[in-house]
Amino acid sequence: MKEPEVTFELALEHGLIKEEWEKILKILGRTPTFTELGIFSVMWSEHCSYKNSIAQLKTLPRSGGRLLVAAGEENAGLIDIGDDLAVAFKIESHNHPSAVEPYQGAATGVGGIMRDIFTMGARPIASLNSLRFGSLKDSRTRYLFDGVVRGIGDYGNSFGVPTVAGEVYFDESYQGNPLVNAMAVGIVNKKHVTSAIAKGVGNPVMIVGSSTGRDGIHGATFASEEISEKSESKRPSVQVGDPFTEKLLLEATLEIIKNGWLIGIQDMGAAGISCSTSEMSAKGKSGMKINLDKVPLREDGMTAYEIMLSESQERMLCCVKKGYEEKVKAVFEKWDLNCEIIGEVTDDGLLHIDYQGERKATIPAFELVLGGGAPVYIREQKEPEYLKHTRNFNFQSLPQPKNIKDTFLKVFSSPNIVSKQWVYHQYDTMVRTNTIVGPGCDAAVIYIKGTSKALSMKTDCNSRYVYLNPKEGTKIAVAECARNIVCSGGIPLGVTNCLNFGNPYKPEVYWQFAQAIAGMGEACRKFDTPVTGGNVSFYNESPDTAVYPTPTIGMVGLVEDLNHITTSYFKDEGDVIYLIGEDNEDLGGSEYLKIIHNIVSGNCPEIDLDKEKKLQQTILSLIRNGFIKSAHDISEGGIVSALAECCIINQEKPIGCEVEIPVKSRIDFSLFSESQSRIIISISNSKQKDFEVKLQETVIPFSKLGLVRGKSMIIKNLFEVPMEELSDIYFNTIPRIMSGE
Amino acid sequence: MNPKFGIVVFPGSNCDHDAYYALKKINNYDAEFLWHKDTDLKNSDVIILPGGFSYGDYLRTGAIARFSPIINSVIGFAEKGGIVMGVCNGFQILLEAGLLPGVMLNNISLKFVCKDVFLSVENYDTIFTNHIPSKKLLKIPVAHGEGNYFADEQTLSELERNKQILFRYVSSSGIADEASNPNGSVMNIAGLINKRGNVMGLMPHPERCCDSVLGNTDGNFIFKSIARNIIN
Repeated sequence: MKEPEVTFELALEHGLIKEEWEKILKILGRTPTFTELGIFSVMWSEHCSYKNSIAQLKTLPRSGGRLLVAAGEENAGLIDIGDDLAVAFKIESHNHPSAVEPYQGAATGVGGIMRDIFTMGARPIASLNSLRFGSLKDSRTRYLFDGVVRGIGDYGNSFGVPTVAGEVYFDESYQGNPLVNAMAVGIVNKKHVTSAIAKGVGNPVMIVGSSTGRDGIHGATFASEEISEKSESKRPSVQVGDPFTEKLLLEATLEIIKNGWLIGIQDMGAAGISCSTSEMSAKGKSGMKINLDKVPLREDGMTAYEIMLSESQERMLCCVKKGYEEKVKAVFEKWDLNCEIIGEVTDDGLLHIDYQGERKATIPAFELVLGGGAPVYIREQKEPEYLKHTRNFNFQSLPQPKNIKDTFLKVFSSPNIVSKQWVYHQYDTMVRTNTIVGPGCDAAVIYIKGTSKALSMKTDCNSRYVYLNPKEGTKIAVAECARNIVCSGGIPLGVTNCLNFGNPYKPEVYWQFAQAIAGMGEACRKFDTPVTGGNVSFYNESPDTAVYPTPTIGMVGLVEDLNHITTSYFKDEGDVIYLIGEDNEDLGGSEYLKIIHNIVSGNCPEIDLDKEKKLQQTILSLIRNGFIKSAHDISEGGIVSALAECCIINQEKPIGCEVEIPVKSRIDFSLFSESQSRIIISISNSKQKDFEVKLQETVIPFSKLGLVRGKSMIIKNLFEVPMEELSDIYFNTIPRIMSGE
Repeated sequence: MNPKFGIVVFPGSNCDHDAYYALKKINNYDAEFLWHKDTDLKNSDVIILPGGFSYGDYLRTGAIARFSPIINSVIGFAEKGGIVMGVCNGFQILLEAGLLPGVMLNNISLKFVCKDVFLSVENYDTIFTNHIPSKKLLKIPVAHGEGNYFADEQTLSELERNKQILFRYVSSSGIADEASNPNGSVMNIAGLINKRGNVMGLMPHPERCCDSVLGNTDGNFIFKSIARNIIN
């Protein structure tokens, strides 16, 4: 097949811009070959190069705490947890593939993030996710929702890693462009930590795992443009997942890492062989000579261009210590996997690509990668117009609800509040037998076998808040994630982020992005949770407009003693319920405003990071001193929704409560306010006095709400709802919608 | 003597290490992995076929594992009266291998399901159940996409007559109703034994509830029953 002539027009079709084309000509000192053009276009795509985001990302706290490698340096972040162990974790988006092919898009999202973890030498121990869709009333949304959940489930279930926590939101803003963010957490003995590096002249370079096909070509480029009516034709850009092969790849990889036969290893995700060869070489300040004839192919007649750009899943690139090739091959053969030497490390800094007796590409590896020659842009910023209106929203103009009980039941029935059991019952949440607290509580808690510790983990972001105030809203996302970790008994350790935004060439989008990063940096510094890495997904736009800016936070915390593990739900009759923190009647962006009044407006709730930190320290100290029987953070749906959850989350033993909720200016405001830095706790009656003394020593406001008792939730002077009714709403709303009732 | 459990590892098994941990670390029994390409059962007293997705299970579950080299040895072992226990995918493999009667269909919901279920013990007079306290319901999780057990009328009446139905899905108060059946299994069947009483398959995962750290040890009643029968 004759290759097309490489021209500026062809470069434009590849998504490159004029100044990038000129830069390529300058780097090479000549016109690139067709294969080279393909390599540059994927490596300099937004997805691989972070060209429009890296300048902002560098302002985040990327070291400190117990961080072992700085953000972006390796496949995933790494944090010391003692006992010679480290935890590796990372979150990544698979939004665009999931929009056109939900099942495979989501499945390969899970597969990709898992490989990032085990290429560090870590065994994956848990999977999390953060999912956003349009309104569930829409049949396309239900199709996407169902497909994404099955894709995540089928991949993780077969791969044998429990899916333990996450979040699912529904909002019209995500109608044409759902967000699918997958996070993985792994554990590694510090001496087995492995790097994504190639060095040492003459060391062999091997491709292992699946054979290479035409699937996913230009996936990275597809991810770097807006979704449109034409996107359906991009279905071939979506990769196909094979969790069985990945499971074999995991076992084989960990085996060769443990034996010390590797120099380095990298997953082949976006941009496939192009990305792994150039990044590993650039990191080792070396080069590579690659012969594509050696790459196991699953299709006939593939060109060098196609092989270099294929995003076939379940493949990795290994740089092996010379002399250990046969040993490495024997391990992969034992697991019935391909393992071929495709080249060797050189010291000229160049990527030489040969195929069928021809030199197809010669590119300096450093020029292709982020931190090297990849372009870096700082885009124009402009505050969006809509904020002028939303900030000035007059809450007093809202009509008072006539029937407060009906209003509560309606808010509580929101798909954003009710249980996501329909989702997580399709996930294996228990395999590996470490799940102490699974989905449904504030954060998941995963046992670390052989120690007396556990990890707690969560993903979080209320994107309506971020839409209304990108900086403060992002602070809230970090604060809420940390609060959830603390409520489960853990100390927050670090953050991974998945930044889902619109088109960065729109000044309003870029302003949102920069503001969000500023807020995230401030909050992460306050909680001493460095950002260990993550992923940026721009171009999340569907027909009319950008999605809500959604900087998803994934956080991991350490539970230092299993006795500290705390769950959200009420335990025993007679326990006393307290509210820690106080209400400021924050209704902006609330679920109440959206569900009852169909309005997304106002400012996001106020967040005072100093107060938040004191609150978290206090709660953790109370947990460690054995005061607290349950702790649940107040979020969407306000205090009354949180109380209802405390009553019924434990399906085996629902238990009622009798409480009085302090009312400030209006009943609806007080019940549904989403003021931050608030936690509902319950304690044993006998500890009441000591507890109050202890809390008075701090400056944290608190109030006694009432008692755990009976078979209804009684909000004194207002209404009463029996447990059966609450449980029916909470656990059956989504199943009813999905079965078409 | 300390009983020895051989745990078969197929490519795609993912509950093999969980079974090993439950047997070796929690109970201090001997336990060893057996590779699917081998045929040596290494003098095991009990063979465990663990849960997972053997060979990816892209065809019918267990359909390929049934042809692996080790399965011939397992069949021979069972025919001589050796104790074999299949959990989840292991149960599916036992059905495919003809060591237990019936077949597994997709869950009636057509969805994977993972949650705790309650099981009634239908026959206490077996080596798998005779040390379970009488009338105790076991709370054990299921995690499968194809756990909808089916057999023809004649097979079912034979199973009943021979007391081969070992576990049924029940409510927390012990009623075998539709609401407590997680997958649509005929007669709420969760686990079976063969006529001879030495081969058992069950969909729920007892190895997932042996460690007190996880808050539930009901699964261990089954392993302890097996072990005590070997010791005696």
